[in-house]
This record gives sequence, C-alpha cells and structure tokens, in this order.
Amino acid sequence: MSITIENLSKNFGNFAALSDVNLEVPSGELVALLGPSGSGKTSLLRIIAGLEHPDRGTVLFNGQEATRRQVKQRKVGFVFQHYALFRHMTVFDNIAFGLTVKAKAERPGKAEIRDKVARLLKLIQLEQLAGRYPGQLSGGQRQRVALARALAVEPEVLLLDEPFGALDAKVRLELRRWLRRLHDEIHVTSVFVTHDQEEALEVADRIVVMNKGRIEQEGTPSEVYDHPATPFVFDFLGSVNLFRGRVHAGTAQMGGLRVHSPEHATADDAPAIGYVRAHDITIERVPGEGGAVSAEVSHLLSVGPLVRVELRIAGGDTWEANLPREEADRLQLAVGEKVFARPRKMRVFVEDYQI
Amino acid sequence: MASHGGKNNVLPGFTPSLGCTVLYLSIIVLIPLSSLFFKTATLTWDEFVAAVTAPRVVASYRVTFGSSLAAALVNAFFGVLVAWVLVRYRFPGKRLVDALVDLPFALPTAVAGITLASIYSPNGWLGRYLEPHGIKVAFTPLGIVVAMVFIGLPFVVRTVQPVLEELDRELEEAASCLGASRWQTFYRIIFPSMLPAILTGFALAFARAAGEYGSVIFIAGNMPKVSEITPLLIITKLEQYDYAGATAIASLMLVVSFLLLLSINLLQKWSRRFAE
Amino acid sequence: MQVSIHRTVKKNGTSGIAEPAWVRYLLLAVALSFLTLFLMLPLAAVFVQALDKGWEAYLEALKDPDTFSAIKLTLVAAACSVPVNLVFGVTAAWAIAKFAFPGKSLLITLIDLPFSVSPVVSGLIYVLIFGLQGWLGPWLQAHDVKIIFAVPGIILATIFVTFPFIARELIPLMESQGREEEEAALTLGASGLQTFFRVTLPNVRWGILYGVILCNARAMGEFGAVSVVSGHVRGSTNTIPLQVEILYNEYSYAAAFAVASLLAMLALVTLAVKSVAEWKIRQVSAAE
Repeated sequence: MSITIENLSKNFGNFAALSDVNLEVPSGELVALLGPSGSGKTSLLRIIAGLEHPDRGTVLFNGQEATRRQVKQRKVGFVFQHYALFRHMTVFDNIAFGLTVKAKAERPGKAEIRDKVARLLKLIQLEQLAGRYPGQLSGGQRQRVALARALAVEPEVLLLDEPFGALDAKVRLELRRWLRRLHDEIHVTSVFVTHDQEEALEVADRIVVMNKGRIEQEGTPSEVYDHPATPFVFDFLGSVNLFRGRVHAGTAQMGGLRVHSPEHATADDAPAIGYVRAHDITIERVPGEGGAVSAEVSHLLSVGPLVRVELRIAGGDTWEANLPREEADRLQLAVGEKVFARPRKMRVFVEDYQI
Repeated sequence: MASHGGKNNVLPGFTPSLGCTVLYLSIIVLIPLSSLFFKTATLTWDEFVAAVTAPRVVASYRVTFGSSLAAALVNAFFGVLVAWVLVRYRFPGKRLVDALVDLPFALPTAVAGITLASIYSPNGWLGRYLEPHGIKVAFTPLGIVVAMVFIGLPFVVRTVQPVLEELDRELEEAASCLGASRWQTFYRIIFPSMLPAILTGFALAFARAAGEYGSVIFIAGNMPKVSEITPLLIITKLEQYDYAGATAIASLMLVVSFLLLLSINLLQKWSRRFAE
Repeated sequence: MQVSIHRTVKKNGTSGIAEPAWVRYLLLAVALSFLTLFLMLPLAAVFVQALDKGWEAYLEALKDPDTFSAIKLTLVAAACSVPVNLVFGVTAAWAIAKFAFPGKSLLITLIDLPFSVSPVVSGLIYVLIFGLQGWLGPWLQAHDVKIIFAVPGIILATIFVTFPFIARELIPLMESQGREEEEAALTLGASGLQTFFRVTLPNVRWGILYGVILCNARAMGEFGAVSVVSGHVRGSTNTIPLQVEILYNEYSYAAAFAVASLLAMLALVTLAVKSVAEWKIRQVSAAE
C-alpha cells in the first residue's frame, strides 16, 4: 500500500510539530524518517497511524482519503519505541491479541491462531519463549515480539517508532540487519523513525530528512549522503567542518582556500558557508598540489578503524579529519607536528538560503 | 513530543467518563457539602459569630486543636523514627511490623476508641500502673491526645518512608567522604530531604485528628469546656435540634479542613520542587 | 526478642557510613516500644477482653439478634457503597489518567475532599438535605420516604466517606502505565471496550483489589458519619460499630469487645490482603 501525505500541519500549543509536509511513500518500500528530536518525525508517524489527528492536510492510503479513518480501520502495524507489550499477557497472547479481538465473523479459529503465532515466533526466532511474560525478556527480544505482534494482523503498512532506540549498540546492529532482511522477505510498506543517521543509511530504501517540522530532503541513502540539498542535511549526516567566506561568480573564497563552485555562478560577493566532511580532508607531509593549507596536529584519537585527527590551522580555526587507519600509519602522525591539509570536496551554500 | 490533550487523544471514552465523574462527584460530594454553607447563610452574621464563639464552643476548639497539635508533634517524631527503622534496619518480623503500621487505617475508630479507653482506664492494662503515679489518661485531655496519636500514626510513617527509600545512598556516602560525621550527614543531608514529607505527614495527621470523632469520644470523658471535642459538640447540638448552631460550627470546621487540604497540596508541590 | 541488625547496605559490601551499633539498637528499641505500646497492645486488648468471660459468653454475644441485624446492615451498606465507588473510581481514573484537560488537579483535589472532612460533618450534610428540617425533608415526609434515621441515609453517608478510596489508588497507577499499551491495542484492531477490558483493567487489577479492600474496611467500620444519620434504632438502623457503642455504653464490656473483635479481624484481613496487593503491584511495576 502506498502512503501519500499532502499539506500536513500539526501544532501542539504554540509549537509547530509539522508545517505543510508533503510526502509520498511508494508501496513496498522501507522508508526512514530521520531527524533530531523535535523535528516532527514521530508526530508524522503517529498521524499516519491515526494515533494523532493533523490540524490541516490529508493522509491517503493507496490514493484514498484516510485522514479521518479510525486507528483500527487503518490496518497499520505500529511498533512502539518502548514496545508497549501487554505486560499481563504471555508472548503468545501478545502476538495473538490482534487476531483474538477481530469480530466473530472474521476471527480465525483457535488452531489457526496457534499456527499463525507459531509461524511468527519462528520468524522472530523466539519459539521457546512463547510462555514467557514481557518482563522476563531482554530488550531485543521484546522488540522482536512487538514486531511479530504488529505483523500478526497482516498490516498493509508497518510503522516503527525509534525501533532500536532503547537497545544497546551491539543488539541494535544485529536487529537492524535482521529488520532489513525481514523486509526483503515480506515487502510490506514500512516507515521507521530514527535519529541515528547510520541506521537510516544502512537500513532504508529511502530517507526523509526532517527538521523543525519540515522535510529538508528525501531520496535514496546515497543521494542524501552524497548530495545534501541543504546545510542542515550536510550537518546532520556525518561529522563536518564548517567554513565561512564569500562566493563570487562561481568561485568561493573560504579563509585561505579558493574553491570552484559553478552552481553559484551568478553569486555576487555573497556570504557563504562551505561544508567539508571529516573524511574528505587529505593530510600530507608536503604541500603538493594547490589548495593545501599548513596546519598543526593538535590531537589524535583512534576510533576503531578510523583515526580522528584534530588540526589547528594557521588562522586559528580547528578542523577535524578522519583518516583510515592504514593512511594514518603511513603518515606516522604525532601531536604537535606540522602538516598540510587539503579538503578534497567542499559543498558551498550561499548563506541567504539558510532558514 | 506526543500531545496528551483530550481532543488529540485517540483513546475513546473521554467525554462520557469525565461527564460521569463530574456528575457523580457533584451529587455525592459537592452538592451535599454546599448545603452546609447554604444552611449557614440563613443565619445573620451576628448569630453566626455568637454560635461559633460561645465559650463552650471556643473551649472545644482549644481541646480539639490543642490535642491535635500535640498528637501530630508526637507522630512527627515517632513517625520519622519508625520510618527510619523500617527503611534502614533489618530485624525479624519487619514485614509484619510494616504491615501493622496501617492498623489505624484499617481498625474501625469505634473499636480503637473502646479499646484505648479500657487500656488506660484506672484499672486497665496501663492505667493501673499510671494511676498511682498521678498520671490520669482516660477521661482527660491526655486521653484525647493518646487516641489522636493512634489514628494519626500511619500518616507520617507512610509519607516519609517512600522518600527515605528513594533517597540516594550516594549522597550520604559523598557527605561522609567529604568528612561529615554521621550526625552531620543526618541533619545536613538526610533531614532536609525528608523535611517536606515530614511536614506533609504532620499536616495530614493534624487534619485527621482535628476531625476525628469515633476513637476520641470513648476515652475523652466529654466534660464540657475540659475534654469536649468540637465534632462531639456538633452532634450534641444536633441532638438538641439546634441545627443552625451545629451547622455554623460544622462550616467553620469545614473551612479549616479546606485550608489544611490546601496547605497539604502546597507542601506536596514544594516537596517535589527538587524532583527531576 | 532477639534482634540482629544488618544495615541493608551491607549486602552491597559498603558499610562504611553506618551509625554506631548502640545508636542503631537504641533507635530500633524506641521505635518498636512505641509501636508495641500504641499498636500491638490495643490490638491484643480487643481479643483478650472479648474472651474475658470465656468462649461461651463470646459466642452468646455474637448470637444476639440485635448484633445479628447490625451485621446484616453493615454488609448491606458495604455491598451498596463499594460497587458504586468502584465504578466511579475506574471511570474517574480513566478520564484523569489517560487524558489531559484543564482543571485536572482541581478535580483530583475535589475527589480527595471527603478524606479531609470530619466524619461528623459528613453525616451532618445529609441531615441538612434529607432531614426533617432539610431541603428535601418536607417533600420526603409528604411522600413517606425515610432517608435520615433509616437505611438509605446510612448507605449515603457510607458512600460519601468511602468515595475517594478506589479512585485515588487507581489514578496514579494508571498514570504511571501511560497510554502506549492502549494505543497498541487500537492499532491491532481492538475496539474501545476491548481495549479497556482486555488491556487496561487487567493491568490495574491489583490496584483495584487494593482500593476495594480499603474502601470495604472503611465502609464496614465507619462510625462518626453513620452515627449522625442513623438515629440508633436497635435492630434496624444499627451497624456493627454503632452496636459496639451501644453495648459499651450499657457497660456490657465483654459483649462490646466480642462484637468489636469481628471488626478487628476484618482489619487484620484487610491488612493482609493489602500487603499482598502492594507486593503484587510492586512486582508488576518492577517487571517493566
């Protein structure tokens, strides 16, 4: 089922949670709503589920008006951030709940429910825990039960609110890969909310980046990462270095750097901000080709496969560069040493564009 | 981030459930209570003042509120002690003792009244030892205080206990690492954290004692101007068909209990001021 | 009693900041003496005095027809007031705990009101409404309906004094459980009533038991309010506590304590059930 959001707005008191949001979620895709807290992503998800009513705008399911449809008629599966498992029911009863509350005419027989729950338990690899209560499960297990419970009613849309937010790092990694594989198997239209860019990049078919109740950009993970449409998206995805300067007739002057910037060919000495990702900075022992500035290594930190290098630039700025470990090993860097740093790729935004 | 507003909430049944609540509250509580003020309003101001300031009535305030204050003070001290012992120490029978603290809530006041009266009467279990020393408890104002201590006992314990349980042990450890003695730690760290709860419990015990009737009248002796409590005076007036007099005193009592309720609410708000 | 004191903290192996042992023993001794004097002694006295004249007299006192009718009336009063306040308590808790609306804290305060009103005043207000000189008195008399000095008055006064018990227990409990489980049930296709009966109610069942048992104890034991509206008609408008008073004032001490011992046993049962319910509530919230 496809979801269409048109001109959606929602206020809580004076706070605009969503302002004039438009979005299309194609059938069968796994879409991430990515943004910082307060960006409106959870509100959007809850409005799609019918748990919240918008002030203005419409929600269409398969092109049909669904804004005023009640929650139970929407056929959405919702996985809550804190799972919301029924604590007085066993895992089995939790998963079976949606089937047992159906009207008599549609309700499957006991045996059928049992089979279906067994299949779902197998899918989430918790067959042995059917008789346990939620309080006796680990976080990751609860998450999977919540997912199975949502899937039991065969929803046409699966909505997940920060599905991995409350889990520790290792379980989170496992579970998100598992979710990706699960989606490849069952292909139900899914939307999940996250504030973790890595999670969105790894799991989703499409990413919708949200900020202050608006959609900043939507696209495939590589579109969003490689071609950020706004400074916010650039800033939010990955660690970046920020440069202030001016741009004139297709050339930006950022501190000691001169950057070719054809998209601003018509700019007339406008104030601009340049963004460079930390891994787009090359460090060399020799000045080499143009565009390098001299810098001093002020701090070194190994983070797993990366080495984070803090550089103090002549003008007083500080840059952060991430080098692959082998590159760092080759350079043999030490704190206090003089090196040359060169941004390989800079994205320039004229400041007026900023909100 | 989610709103919990009535109109934004998808859970059903808000209007009917709130409607029923307000309706039932009005019928059972608000309308009957308002009758008290309407009845009082039929008195002229002078009649009202005369009714609530008659010497016997004023004496009953002194007995009631004086005894309530004394009982609440006793309860504040022993309540903190009991709560401390229940939270911090382990001893055999602790769970039983913990459960028994609520006995005054569960034991009907008339039963408490006749039992205390019989224990402290001159030939009772305790009375026979106190009498020779010149201590008369039953049928004196002291008996009223004893009864009020009994019924007010759980209030301080039950308000202080949870606060003490939640109190972060690291605070005390930090204080002692900084060189504070155990006593300094108590009165500089622990006591201030407990203070709002102690005051709340004190006010609750006081309010309960001031309105108490059943457990007090049996042990009080009920001598006018000496050991007659205000609630009893209301009943006496009622039995003499002095409805206006009874109502005037009752509305004064009601105003006092409103004020106490208000101060308890403020105390509780104050006690939450440091809560995260 | 042999007392051994371990600071609870000793389990964790950090006992560096305990009070000196003699202080601990002293505090414990003072606290336990106080509780013995003020709680255990009266409790024991009820039963000892009830059996003062032996089992025969004890059973004889309970078999008295007036006592028997007092027991019956007490049961009727409790059977009327507890269910009414249960339905109210659950309804009020649903509205207050699951929704936000202006005036909420005022409503909670008003629900608590009967707790802070003197029992005597609680009885008086019904006399002012339904009594002969009250608002509805003349009308009631013309239609030959008796409320004051009759069973309906006793029931009304009992409902008033037990009004807040269940609601005030359920409101914080349901608030702490939030709305997510209900929302989950709705997304799974449950109707409002299904959600309420299959998700909300089972989650608060121990809280309900707790409120009901306290409400019942107060309903059966209420003295002041009932005393004002009852008129003390032997064998017809006397509840157990009023019967205790009458027997006591007639100097039938053993009989008075025999009847009182029934109420004391009720109190002990109440405390036991309450402790179990508390333990269960804590267990449920700990599992979360």
